[in-house]
Amino acid sequence: MSLFDWFANREKSETANQQHQEREIADGLWTKCPSCGVLAYTKDLQVNQMVCLECDHHLGVDSNERIRQLIDAKTWKPLNENIQPVDPLNFRDRKPYKDRLREYQGKTKLKDAVQTGTGLLDGLPVALGVMDFQFMGGSMGSVVGEKLCRLIEYGTNECLTVIIVCASGGARMQEGMLSLMQMAKISGALERHRQARLLYIPVLTHPTMGGVTASFAMLGDLILAEPKAAIGFAGRRVIEQTLREKLPDDFQTSEYLLQHGFVDAIVSRIHLKRTLAQLISIHQPFYPINAGVALEGNLSMNHEQFVVHKEN
Amino acid sequence: MPATKNRPFLLDFEKPLNELESKIEQIRELAQENNVDVSREIRDLEAKAEQLREEIFSTLSPSQRLKLARHPRRPSTLDYIQAISDDWLELHGDRGGYDDPALVGGVGRLGGMPVVMMGHQKGRDTKDNVARNFGMASPGGYRKAIRLMEHANRFRMPILTFIDTPGAWAGVEAEELGQGEAIAYNLREMFSFDVPILCTVIGEGGSGGALGIGVGDRLLMFEHAVYTVATPEACAAILWKDAGKAPQAAAALKITARDLKDLGILDIILPEPSSGAHADPLGAAGILKEALEQNLETLLTLTPQQRKDLRYQKFRQIGKFDLGNGE
Ligand SMILES: [Zn+2]
Repeated sequence: MSLFDWFANREKSETANQQHQEREIADGLWTKCPSCGVLAYTKDLQVNQMVCLECDHHLGVDSNERIRQLIDAKTWKPLNENIQPVDPLNFRDRKPYKDRLREYQGKTKLKDAVQTGTGLLDGLPVALGVMDFQFMGGSMGSVVGEKLCRLIEYGTNECLTVIIVCASGGARMQEGMLSLMQMAKISGALERHRQARLLYIPVLTHPTMGGVTASFAMLGDLILAEPKAAIGFAGRRVIEQTLREKLPDDFQTSEYLLQHGFVDAIVSRIHLKRTLAQLISIHQPFYPINAGVALEGNLSMNHEQFVVHKEN
Repeated sequence: MPATKNRPFLLDFEKPLNELESKIEQIRELAQENNVDVSREIRDLEAKAEQLREEIFSTLSPSQRLKLARHPRRPSTLDYIQAISDDWLELHGDRGGYDDPALVGGVGRLGGMPVVMMGHQKGRDTKDNVARNFGMASPGGYRKAIRLMEHANRFRMPILTFIDTPGAWAGVEAEELGQGEAIAYNLREMFSFDVPILCTVIGEGGSGGALGIGVGDRLLMFEHAVYTVATPEACAAILWKDAGKAPQAAAALKITARDLKDLGILDIILPEPSSGAHADPLGAAGILKEALEQNLETLLTLTPQQRKDLRYQKFRQIGKFDLGNGE
């Protein structure tokens, strides 16, 4: 074999190898880390909660996977699963909104961009909402607003900690002002949950932007964020266009928000469940026994109840 | 000619009417100079002008309304406050190091009753507009607003807010200071206040920046004002990938007072003087004042808890979806 042939052969086998690999990536067998480029067996990645084993990059997770990660097996009870979107404005841009909805419903097997329900988190009862970025960029329209409101109201009535995992580009323009008003509606539900002295923790994941940031994402008693998530109000490109200058790389990242005082802690996904459980149990003693007590109660009174519990 | 001098910001659809009005003026002057009686002709022409005015203003498209809402001569928050209230004193600062000129507020009286008033403030001319950041408030503006609302709640004064902004300011400093947090905090706190809150869209209601002072017992809106989830320009750029499609986006987004009333978002449409609020600011202020006084009177018959419950219910029912339990 001439050196030339050897080279040609090597190239051929490399391309074949690459093609083989690409097919396997497409099949979902392998996943390439978008940050470091290293290939990993998707199963290994899943075991590691979709956090790159090489560089710690947090890959996107859909709502089903997220629920599996946070909720104890066989304890998840979905709420209001059947609520589905309509096309209230008869909206049509380059494509009718109705068609877009059908498309994403087919692709994600979800009715809209959020799943809500109750379950146990390390044995602690929680009301959990998980946004799904795969469904129209996690955008918030009437269904997202209604389901989150019902979740928060359920949490208020049942004296539950509410956790919302945020992942959203913001309001859903195709539902116009109805979408914008969901920000107020959810904030109102959170005000009532707060009046009942109950704990609410939003978890900000990549990306959390626009109307979601300007409402429930920033209203936590405590706010957690995953590492290197993009979090902000105005889109980076919008700001770049107005200012006509490039922004620093870390602008609007979890780390940037932590530095400026807008999140309590950045928590690796690997430790997220454990950290949430820790926080809930630290706040548990102050929890009212029932909603009636909650409305009139005060901290010391609830604390006494806890002490009684402990002695029992 | 004198008419155009008085109104340098003429919108396309206002032009035919303006031409007719100048013509009437010319005939009147000529007749006076030559001592001819043209009162009959003038009456006819004036009737024609009235008819034209009605035609134009009753069939405005959403993008034409958007232009009216952004009209540089449209009365601003401070114009209305000065016209409707007595004993007005502007109060400054968020007590955190900022005083945003794009969101102003203070105390005064409305028909004798002490109130706290605030709103987005656009500029009168380019220089003023630069100083006011075109009415785009920063986190410090929203924090000043909530500080004044807390003050109002403490001293049991009703809160009146006036909405007129293209949106909250999108800039590096605004992000650094937590634009999202500032708006979010206001949304939640506005549900907690005991005192009545009346919010009025006087011009342009732009997205979260408008909503940041827009949670109240009643939402009022002038006939030609708009309220939108995103500017039609931005929406066109994102959904149509073509900023030139802004008029289509303005129509598709349903941003007019009529649309929002139909969607169950808006409570009261305030009629404007026949050629729009910019043509008769004092007329518009009179309409606003009457509506605010009337609504306050009704709201003050309720208990604080009733008001808070109704305020929550008002927002709680906004949204269109299918419950999906059997079809
Ligand atoms: Zn990696």
